[in-house]
Amino acid sequence: MNIIENIRISFRALAANKLRSGLTMLGIIIGVAAVVALMSIGRGATRNITSRVEGLGSNLVAVSAARNVRQAGVGAQTTPLYYSDYQQIAREVNNVVGVAPTYQAGARVMYGTNASQFSVTGVTSQFAAVNAYTLTEGRFISDYDNSAESRVVVLGSQAASDLFSGLNPLGRQLTINGINFTVVGILASKGSTGFFSQDEVILIPLQTGYARLYGGTAISNGQRTLSSISLSAASSNAVSEVISQIEYILRRDHQLTLTDTLPFTVTSQSQALSTLTSITSTLTAFLGAIAGISLFVGGIGIMNIMLVSVRERTREIGLRKAVGARRSVILLQFIVETITLSLVGGIIGILLGAGIAGIVTLTGLITTYVSLDVILYSFFFAALVGLFFGIYPAYQAASLRPIEALRYE
Amino acid sequence: MIELENITKIYRLGQTKVFALDSINVNIEAGEMVAIMGPSGSGKSTMMAILGCLDVPTKGVYRLDGEPVEKLNENQLAQIRSQKVGFVFQQFNLLPRTNALENVMLPLLYDGVHGKARVEKAKAALATVGLTDRMHHHPNQLSGGEQQRVAIARALVNDPTILLADEPTGNLDTKTGDEIIGLFQRLHEDKGQTVVYVTHDAFIARHTQRIIRLVDGKIISDEKIAHPLVAGTPRPEEALDTPAM
Repeated sequence: MNIIENIRISFRALAANKLRSGLTMLGIIIGVAAVVALMSIGRGATRNITSRVEGLGSNLVAVSAARNVRQAGVGAQTTPLYYSDYQQIAREVNNVVGVAPTYQAGARVMYGTNASQFSVTGVTSQFAAVNAYTLTEGRFISDYDNSAESRVVVLGSQAASDLFSGLNPLGRQLTINGINFTVVGILASKGSTGFFSQDEVILIPLQTGYARLYGGTAISNGQRTLSSISLSAASSNAVSEVISQIEYILRRDHQLTLTDTLPFTVTSQSQALSTLTSITSTLTAFLGAIAGISLFVGGIGIMNIMLVSVRERTREIGLRKAVGARRSVILLQFIVETITLSLVGGIIGILLGAGIAGIVTLTGLITTYVSLDVILYSFFFAALVGLFFGIYPAYQAASLRPIEALRYE
Repeated sequence: MIELENITKIYRLGQTKVFALDSINVNIEAGEMVAIMGPSGSGKSTMMAILGCLDVPTKGVYRLDGEPVEKLNENQLAQIRSQKVGFVFQQFNLLPRTNALENVMLPLLYDGVHGKARVEKAKAALATVGLTDRMHHHPNQLSGGEQQRVAIARALVNDPTILLADEPTGNLDTKTGDEIIGLFQRLHEDKGQTVVYVTHDAFIARHTQRIIRLVDGKIISDEKIAHPLVAGTPRPEEALDTPAM
């Protein structure tokens, strides 16, 4: 009596009652399909967010002035980030491949009669590399543009189509707060991160902005200020060291002690990423748990049917025992039957769940991700459900006394 | 070969003890064909269950092939059943949706006989009962007599020490019943097969060599039949008037 023969006997018993076997499996199929589909949607969402955030630039560290920081006894006051802070950081911080200061302000941008309010960002030549922007046309803002305070502008893909509605903007003139600028480059699309579209940017040379556009709002305590500084660390291992170097320089230059609250936020992209992924992972686990409940209910359905089946086949069990089947053989036969039901149901459920995930992707709502581990988890979970819910009916069958089972009507 | 010594089987029904068998002493030699007779409730089914190792006695010693079996555990009893006992039931008890050959192979499956040997032994057993041409038929495609012959082939397939038949003609018409008795007689004469045949039909019992009568769990008579009836002998008139069933 080997396992292959046991499996054959079980298959035959299941095939003898196809409708019942099918309906029993349906519970497992729906459960597993729900687990696979929901987990795939969750994983897809996680990957989506991850790739978007990674699109911001690799090993990115961002420094910005924290708003509404209250210093003890002083009241509401914002400590500005100075241009000189950028110069110190650029000079002193090791293990960075790029430092990009920015100043951002709202301005009225107009081409012909087409005008809208945009956020105009003053940048240096390093901005594109640090923030992982690439150009589709033209060139980026150069060091010469900054030193010469040229009136040139680089447009994000969305900003370009909003302003020029289909025309090629390259070489054309637009006005920012009434000042003429020449379009020299168009950025490739990067997609949006949450609330902020990275394709609606309008970039000008930082020095041009200070000299012609931002005026007094960019000056605080007689110094030029910045909205933020982006840095690209040399490697992901260097990120935390870069952060502590920056914090040290900022404390020193702003005469802050170690116990003072730093009035700047210095964050890395990986911190932001881990926050986001922990949220989506929790969500995915939650969805999976809900789907798991339906799998559990399917398991109870299997147990129910198997108990009926044992009762119905009492004489058969009695006969098998009379001709020499041991208790363990009967036990195994019924366990194999339930595991077969749950595994076949599990495989169909996995295919169905993957199909649903595929359809969700096709609708364009979210790009789902059917990962191997989800498939393996649901497969083994289905097998476990079969084993767990199969043991009791199998035990009942194996415990039947042959003499009574044979007389059962 | 079969030795029953002071075999007692007690069932408890609430407060009362029921002596299904009460100190039975029987020896059955190899090659004997014995009928066990008695009315309903006389203990013949209990006796058959004990002889077939489906149940163990409350008291007493049962030696099968010289081996005491009354103290064996469930798995050891299953092994004895698979190797030494062949059962034929009144209800045939064939597995539905399973063809004759596979039904006959069932005991071999549990005895660990594999592959070709299993198929050959089952085919040989079916040949013995004359059903070679029917081996791929399912039970619902066979007549009652054919189904019982498949069941007999299944009982024979392990070359059992003892062939136990419990009212095997009870569900068959007279003519088919005669064929089945004839088959048992042939197995007994040609192969020297030991047969224990449980019935409450006196006419059928006279086809054997020895009749043991049970009443209320006790043996009331144990007689040798000098000239057993040959299968096909017409039933006496009075037996037809008061059918034993």
